[in-house]
Amino acid sequence: MNINLTLISQAVAFAIFIWFTVKFVWPPLRTAIDNRQKTIAEGLAAAERGKTDLELAARRSADVLRETKEKSTDILAQAERRAQQIIEDAKAAARVEADKVVVSAKAEIAQEVERAKQGLRERVAELAMTGAEKILRREVNATAHADMLAALKQEL
Amino acid sequence: MSAAESLTPTSYITHHLSFLQQPVAQGDFWTLNVDTITVSVLLGVIAFGFLWWVVRGATSGVPGRRQAFVELAVEFVDDQVKGIFHGDRHAFVAPAALTVFVWVLLMNAMDFLPVDWMAGLYAMLGLHKFRSVPTADINTTFALALAVWFLMLFYSVKVKGLGGWLHEMFCSPFGSHPLLWPANFLLNVIEYVSKPLSHSLRLFGNMYAGEIIFLLLGMWAATGLAGTVFGAILGAGWAIFHILIVVLQAFIFMMLTVVYLSMAHESH
Repeated sequence: MNINLTLISQAVAFAIFIWFTVKFVWPPLRTAIDNRQKTIAEGLAAAERGKTDLELAARRSADVLRETKEKSTDILAQAERRAQQIIEDAKAAARVEADKVVVSAKAEIAQEVERAKQGLRERVAELAMTGAEKILRREVNATAHADMLAALKQEL
Repeated sequence: MSAAESLTPTSYITHHLSFLQQPVAQGDFWTLNVDTITVSVLLGVIAFGFLWWVVRGATSGVPGRRQAFVELAVEFVDDQVKGIFHGDRHAFVAPAALTVFVWVLLMNAMDFLPVDWMAGLYAMLGLHKFRSVPTADINTTFALALAVWFLMLFYSVKVKGLGGWLHEMFCSPFGSHPLLWPANFLLNVIEYVSKPLSHSLRLFGNMYAGEIIFLLLGMWAATGLAGTVFGAILGAGWAIFHILIVVLQAFIFMMLTVVYLSMAHESH
């Protein structure tokens, strides 16, 4: 249990082991641990960023969806309005056309009536003439009474 | 010990507590405890060789089991140092603390080896006196404590300058009045003397006492079969308790090293 030279040799061994640890053991492990810490920190930051990005994207997509919905509703309303208008237009056009057809039909009918009247008039005059001729054959000359007949025809 | 001598408790204990000594010159001091030096250097080479081997292949990516184990130890020491030492601990203090912790822990752990089996093993190797536990040799604990002490002086002077250190020796802790100088100086000297003494004797006392208690429990075997069983049970209990002491003493030794070195870095 006496102090002897072992003391010095142990101190030397201790110094060598300390030197070895300081020089060769500590620095590489420190570097490795520090690098890993940095990598993990970066990874966590990236994950955080990703989460934020995702949130942003979700919000944006919701916005876009809402906008699209609004737009489609607008388009639908517009289309409906347009269809209504087309129907109205068509109705108006049809009414005009119908009126035109009626008017022309009425005119034609009037013409027809006029023509029939003319024919009848002529036919009545003829008939009157024929009757008169038959009556007057014996007593009146046709030519002598032509003026009177013409006036009669006009009155009909 | 030769077989012709009778086996008495005294001779049993003396036998187990004898160093394998090698005189290198005249005088009591010039002797080497070959067992202490061999075991401690062997443990140091194995421990720091292992650390170096693991660290050389250290990766920043996912660590393997070996690397994780080493990192666990390193982080443990680093955390302790971080709480005490405020400065660039990676330059010296933290690796030195790691060295102290690992080496002292392993040297203390030699106490787990059953004393009589080891004595038998050493006898087979032709070594009749051989002590396994280097920290139960006061030379080892004094060597470590004195090395720390010199580091403490070195850093005191390096950080504060020679003037600053002398000023501290005379002007703290009581004050810088000239009348207080002797008191200050006396107190600081006592502190400087007591530090390595308490540092080394605490570890030595614990490990030496642990060894002696193992030997005393081993002597139960001399009383017969019942005594052997009884001694074995007590020995197992003491060994389990000793696990705590071994780790705790290594931890305390490391912590005191860090505390002394960080005190040297800070001015009062």
